Amino acid sequence: MFLTQVLNGLQLGSIYALVALGYTMVYGIILLLNFAHGDIIMFGSYVAWIALVQLGLNPAIAVLLAIFGCVVLGVLIDKVAYAPLREAPRLSILITAIGVSYLLENGVQLLLGADAKVVPSIIDLGTVQVFGSTLSGTALLTVAVTIVATVVLTLLVQKTRLGKAMRAVSEDMGAARLMGVNVNSTISFTFAVGSALAGIAAILYSMAYQQVSPTMGVMLGTKAFVAAVLGGIGSIPGAVIGGLIVGFSEVFVAAFGLSVWQDAVVFLLLILVLVVKPTGLLGRPVTEKV
Amino acid sequence: MTKMYPRDNNHNPVIVTGFGGKDGQRRELTMPARYAINAILVALFVFGGNFLVGEGLISRYQTVVFEQIGVYVLMTVSLNIVTGYLGQLPLGHAGFMSIGGYACAIFIIRMMPLFGLDAQSMASGSTPAVILFVVGLLFGGICAALMGVVIGIPALRLRGDYLAIITLGFAEIIRVVLVNIDSALGFKLTGGASGLTGIPAYTGYLNTAIVVSLAIFAIHTLMKSRHGRAILAIRDNEIAAEASGVNTTYYKTLAFVFSAFLAGIAGGLYAGCIGVMAPAKFGFMKSVEILVMVVLGGMGSMFGSVVSATVLTVLPEALRAFADYRMVAYAIVLILVMIFRPEGLFGSYDFSLSRIIERIMNKDFPWNKDDSDEQTDVPVNAKADAQANEQADTQVDVQAEASTDSKEA
Amino acid sequence: MATKHTTKLIRQESPNLIPERDLGAIPVLQAEHLGIDFGGLTAVNDFNIALGPTEISGIIGPNGAGKTTVFNLLTCVYKPTRGTVMIDGYDLAGKSVVEANHMGIARTFQNIRLFNNMTVMENIQVGQGSHMTSHFFEDVLRLPAHWKQEKESADNAHELLRIFGMENLANTLAGNLPYGAQRKLEILRALATQPKILLLDEPAAGMNPAETDELMENVLKIRDDFKIAVLLIEHDMKFVMGICEGLAVLDHGNIIAKGTPEEVQNNPRVIEAYLGKQEVR
Repeated sequence: MFLTQVLNGLQLGSIYALVALGYTMVYGIILLLNFAHGDIIMFGSYVAWIALVQLGLNPAIAVLLAIFGCVVLGVLIDKVAYAPLREAPRLSILITAIGVSYLLENGVQLLLGADAKVVPSIIDLGTVQVFGSTLSGTALLTVAVTIVATVVLTLLVQKTRLGKAMRAVSEDMGAARLMGVNVNSTISFTFAVGSALAGIAAILYSMAYQQVSPTMGVMLGTKAFVAAVLGGIGSIPGAVIGGLIVGFSEVFVAAFGLSVWQDAVVFLLLILVLVVKPTGLLGRPVTEKV
Repeated sequence: MTKMYPRDNNHNPVIVTGFGGKDGQRRELTMPARYAINAILVALFVFGGNFLVGEGLISRYQTVVFEQIGVYVLMTVSLNIVTGYLGQLPLGHAGFMSIGGYACAIFIIRMMPLFGLDAQSMASGSTPAVILFVVGLLFGGICAALMGVVIGIPALRLRGDYLAIITLGFAEIIRVVLVNIDSALGFKLTGGASGLTGIPAYTGYLNTAIVVSLAIFAIHTLMKSRHGRAILAIRDNEIAAEASGVNTTYYKTLAFVFSAFLAGIAGGLYAGCIGVMAPAKFGFMKSVEILVMVVLGGMGSMFGSVVSATVLTVLPEALRAFADYRMVAYAIVLILVMIFRPEGLFGSYDFSLSRIIERIMNKDFPWNKDDSDEQTDVPVNAKADAQANEQADTQVDVQAEASTDSKEA
Repeated sequence: MATKHTTKLIRQESPNLIPERDLGAIPVLQAEHLGIDFGGLTAVNDFNIALGPTEISGIIGPNGAGKTTVFNLLTCVYKPTRGTVMIDGYDLAGKSVVEANHMGIARTFQNIRLFNNMTVMENIQVGQGSHMTSHFFEDVLRLPAHWKQEKESADNAHELLRIFGMENLANTLAGNLPYGAQRKLEILRALATQPKILLLDEPAAGMNPAETDELMENVLKIRDDFKIAVLLIEHDMKFVMGICEGLAVLDHGNIIAKGTPEEVQNNPRVIEAYLGKQEVR
């Protein structure tokens, strides 16, 4: 029983971690809290739903379509809404992000209705018996996928040319440009990677909860952002740790029969961490030059 | 404040406070004259409107729409204090509204028997009803302000996006608490998810008009004082403000708490106008709706806030057939305004009747440009101006670009 | 301005920089063994200075020598790793930037930091703010105390503008001012906080010779009319030599020379720091 709860926490935490990675990457590079990130997940889930239910496609193709759809949408959002505001005050671009999020939610609602849609199981992995506990195969897959995604992302950022460019742009956009880094394509690439992670999260989320709705991204996104901030925004291990903390605390609050309070607990946790350590658990302190 | 500069006694102040105006000097209205003009306007609006309501020339439905306009105008101008004047972005304004609304409604419902009132007589305008209304509204405002202190102190230590997310989190906590507090307490207080019902219709035209006018007056006087200047200074350059002796923590908290207080008052009006309080109405979406109103009107423009809150409240009522498209339209408008006119429709322009009257007194019309005082005062130095603009661009402030517009306006 | 001053420290005998007329007085600004490390890097080390109440002194040195860091230490932007700063004999340890200003230290910035969307007048009035006592409710309800204070504040601000010949710009937005006027306004805003010491960070940067001459006059005017001390960072040697009574030369965070402008000018270490060591062939 306990083991099941732990796995549930890991599963939920992994999804949060994947989404939080997307937030962290975008924030790291253009200092933008991408409010639309949660809605990219919603979009990905709807793509999967359309592919599976409306078009009756092969689940593997549906998964690829969902991830591809998220990548295209993420890059498109950056090009259309954020790129014109690169030099604008931070407040303007933040409000734009809220607008994009609002647009996606209400656009989908207008086209497909406000009610939740049922997503059939993409693959049935059955259950595994370990020490007398029943563990769901989906949960194990979720954890495994998250581990792989985090490792790949870390290697990408640390070892590749593009990763180096990303770090350079996040350090100092102007200097990176002078050093011959193509800033715009680097930012697009960052959005693409973050959105691909969102696409993976969308699939895993649909597998876990088997339903999609236009506003599903709001809470998911907000909590994942909480996770990213908790762990220290801009830090990959921070996002994973933050995601797991949020996931575990939700599962355990629910296990105590207090599930109606779980949102409040998550936000309270965030506030406490920020009061004690304003840059999050693994965040670097930022000082403004005088 | 003691005078400290060495002074000579025969200098003439530039500002002429008097009606006359000698040669070459600009005629200006005296302060009492300005206040009198505005007081007359407000009195006309408040009591004239009330007369029309009494005569039945404004229908019951129109009155309710007016009350809603009042609520949203109050929400918008109060958020504008923090977003427009202080330059911070909180996303939990609806949370303060709900606190104020619940507190005010519960207070009034519980206190009615003590005042010998019932739901009917609460709306009557009798003296005990007015007293209970005022006390209840203040109670709601103060509850919201206290919550503002609790939220503001940790939140305002953080910058930009962190402030946004932490206020969003607080608003969510407030919502969760409002839904679940009854089961935790063991008796009925907020009515849980289904909401608080049986709120008497105490809002009315007269109350709304007076409260909103007073609030706008208070914001105006606050901003045109040393407190307001300190708040604007923080927006423009926080580091310089500190170095100039502005206690930034204090003034940020002051602006935040004052904004929360007014949002609480708006919540109290809202409760009496709608008659039902449900936690679901005060989610993130409500906060965004208010933010859209502020941004659209122009951050830092009270006039803009009032106009956009009015338009965005009336339009959906007028265009009920297109209700489905309303949210999508909101979102698109928000994005387009940010990309093409980030300072909002009115920038930081503020309407002033006194200024218009002064222009007429000085025959200072747009078509005889030569008399325009501000233009001629600025030394024309293109190169230096370009340098100055460059400086302005590097500053991270809310509306570097708005400055030119407000000057021309 | 309700800044609680801490216990007054006993003044140690100060170095020889103070001009004769200030010798009897307590130095208005005194730094002893001041230093700060960033990570492992020592940005400023063993910085000592004593400023007479009406002294004009300068800190010079090559780029990256730590001059602005010294200003940031003196104004409590950074907490020093070592050493003390005293204003009028009161210790600045643990004070915030705001408290330091209230204790009598005001500054300008290397990259101009004005309140660009506020008028010239309002910029100055922000500086005066901490000397105004009108209460929140007095201001919001427009009680007599508000009017009285606003009038005094406006009068004083106009007076200040008049003294420095900026009266005609009172209602111009600070962001729209020409560059030289922006620099001047920053100084006026600092003066409006009624400081005992004014720190100027590269006040003549980007100015043409005529503007620099006017600035020199103005700095002297500030010293003579306002009876305060001025400490400045500047690269313009003509300006520094023409106006400063004492100079400290900073290189790699250390004071390498100190004295009158003439003494400093002929100091071989200073020449070395600026021009590099002459290679012996």
